[in-house]
Amino acid sequence: MQPEKFYYDNKIVRNFGIATIVWGIIGMMVGLLAAMQLFKPDMNLGNQYTTFGRIRPLHTNAVIFAFVGNAIFMGVYYSLQRLLKARMFSDLLSSIHFWGWQLIILSAVATLPLGLTTSHEYAELEWPIDIAITLIWVVFGINMFGTIIKRRERHMYVAIWFYIATFVTIAVLHIVNSFELPISAFKSYYLFAGVQDALVQWWYGHNAVAFFLTTPYLGMMYYFLPKMANRPVYSYKLSILHFWSLIFIYIWAGPHHLLYTSLPSWAQSLGVAFSIMLIAPSWGGMINGLLTLRGAWDKVRDDVILKFMVVGLTAYGMATFEGPMLSLKQINAIGHFTDWIIAHVHVGALGWNGFLTFAILYWLIPRMYGTQLFSKKMASFHFWIGTLGILFYAVPLYWAGFTQGLMLKEFTPEGLLKYPNFLESTMRILPMHVMRSIGGAMYLTGVIVMAYNLSRTMLQGKLISNEAAEAMPLEKMSDYYGETRHRFLERKPIQMMIVALVVILIGSAIELIPTLTISSNIPTIASVKPYTPLELEGRDIYIREGCVGCHSQTVRPFRSETERYGDYSKAGEFVYDHPFLWGSKRTGPDLHREGGKYGNAWHYNHMMDPRLMSPGSIMPNYDWLISQKLDTTATADKINAMRKLGVPYPDGFEKIANADLNKQAKAIADDLGKNGIKVKSDKEIVAVIAYLQRLGTDIKVKPANK
Amino acid sequence: MSILYFLIGCSVLLALIFLGAFFWAQHDGQHDDMYTPSVRILLDDKPIENTEK
Repeated sequence: MQPEKFYYDNKIVRNFGIATIVWGIIGMMVGLLAAMQLFKPDMNLGNQYTTFGRIRPLHTNAVIFAFVGNAIFMGVYYSLQRLLKARMFSDLLSSIHFWGWQLIILSAVATLPLGLTTSHEYAELEWPIDIAITLIWVVFGINMFGTIIKRRERHMYVAIWFYIATFVTIAVLHIVNSFELPISAFKSYYLFAGVQDALVQWWYGHNAVAFFLTTPYLGMMYYFLPKMANRPVYSYKLSILHFWSLIFIYIWAGPHHLLYTSLPSWAQSLGVAFSIMLIAPSWGGMINGLLTLRGAWDKVRDDVILKFMVVGLTAYGMATFEGPMLSLKQINAIGHFTDWIIAHVHVGALGWNGFLTFAILYWLIPRMYGTQLFSKKMASFHFWIGTLGILFYAVPLYWAGFTQGLMLKEFTPEGLLKYPNFLESTMRILPMHVMRSIGGAMYLTGVIVMAYNLSRTMLQGKLISNEAAEAMPLEKMSDYYGETRHRFLERKPIQMMIVALVVILIGSAIELIPTLTISSNIPTIASVKPYTPLELEGRDIYIREGCVGCHSQTVRPFRSETERYGDYSKAGEFVYDHPFLWGSKRTGPDLHREGGKYGNAWHYNHMMDPRLMSPGSIMPNYDWLISQKLDTTATADKINAMRKLGVPYPDGFEKIANADLNKQAKAIADDLGKNGIKVKSDKEIVAVIAYLQRLGTDIKVKPANK
Repeated sequence: MSILYFLIGCSVLLALIFLGAFFWAQHDGQHDDMYTPSVRILLDDKPIENTEK
């Protein structure tokens, strides 16, 4: 047999690499802006497009899907070709994948600041973009599996298994979390409501961390780290073992994001148990990576690329130890909703994803350009300022998280809340927020230095677009199996059974969805009624402004919370919430029992300038809500859509919805007028006030004399 | 909370797909050799130059 000559496609790798750097800088700059908004409200820049609520999803989407996403494709396209000894299946598909993905990111940059969001974290993009993501993901899949089929190396290295798991799982997660009913080109409601919607979202949310930020990076680690250190991985057996255990366990850890909520407690416990189990396979990966460098630590001293890898792996180990700890209920009770979680994710994001990406870029770019790195000194500077940046970022936020978590739980000896005003805890942690943005700025500085260093590297070399390689073609299956071929047939019934089972499950799942959703939306609390049209419109503005980014809507069953906010939240209260708006962070207080707490005038003034009512508040001004007219053209469509999703609006209600809306709006405007505030009843602020005043009131016991 | 059954179904389905993949890998001999693959990736497949002429 003659060896075959072929060429690796380096150009596509280079393109994804440049996209990684560009989007990384943009995403981190947006993050820095958001960080500064958290101690200086002026940084919201006085217009609606750059307020924290809209900027935060832009930051998370940019760093996850643009920075990390492009880095994954860069690493996969480089390593997959070499591991399989084959060029990518189709250059055209590679190109469609690249440009399609960049267009999706651009559409996110265009829509998120406009307030076009579904409100599901890390899945904020509206339904047309969701469809585009699905299509491009399929293109990526065809390209990857096509390459696997035409491979010249029969054995599939462990990295490829990680890539396959990434592809399969992200596809399932993305589709399930995108079950939306469109209302217009850029507005939709999720199929599920309340608790069910929350569970779907965090089933997705946690697995996005698992299968977008973790498994592809582990795969890349298993290819690039041995290459960088020029020694085989410590234990190939361990890599196989921890791969299979990781992917089997990860899928059900999601409910740890919903501890102490109204999710059934057995589901919460399931989430906790799986999260604890995750320590073993996660640390299997970290240990395998670090031990690969055994006997090569002298190399780490000299080689900045290996330094990045070591810090990255250590950050991975720390984050995957901390994650299971945080999913213990007792620790979660303090840490959840605070900056502790922000610190936790950034150790993973900045350390693990960021540093691995930088190491791979420093290793790949000179190789693909047939040259040396422009400046080792600059790379070393990047390493140190990046590492310090992570510390300056994470340590203050841990401190802030403990401080706030404990302050909000503290009682006086008389049994009263020691800090009844939430704002006191916010003001206490502002210095930590300042420190955090300094850390973030240091980290970003390092990335900019890297961008310069790598551009100079590219300029001094020349891209080897098509790298020549030679390998023997794959033997035919029959030759390969030889005598044992009949065993393949023997095993066929088992394979047939598995295939049949899979097909049956898919079928029953599709059949079950509609039945399940409709029957489950029957309210369990009789006094809980659907939102009025005005409240529904107000709720959509609440979603548009990203209020959920800072305000939770779920009171946990602790005395410290029921004293502060009111009765704890019940599952039956959320049955009409498409989507749920429980939130995951309390930069401000919980709002689930906000209804009736303050007068309409208080809300009006507070929205216009929060510091009028709460001196020292870091909430942005929302003065445009006062000047902008409420768009009521889609009210009827919204009512119809909600009815389709099981919300019991009476037949024909959509026809009188806007009349009902105007009536309620006028009552609120009149009440504001009585308090000396002149406002037309058709302004957005009126709808927002209507929604806020409704929140959590359905099950409140009303005084008898009212 | 019927969504729980749907999500568990999805998770089980995924797990079954992975299980199928695992059986395939086992049958295909992917796990037979636990050492060579780790060394093989270190070797590059540069074309052999014809130096005999």
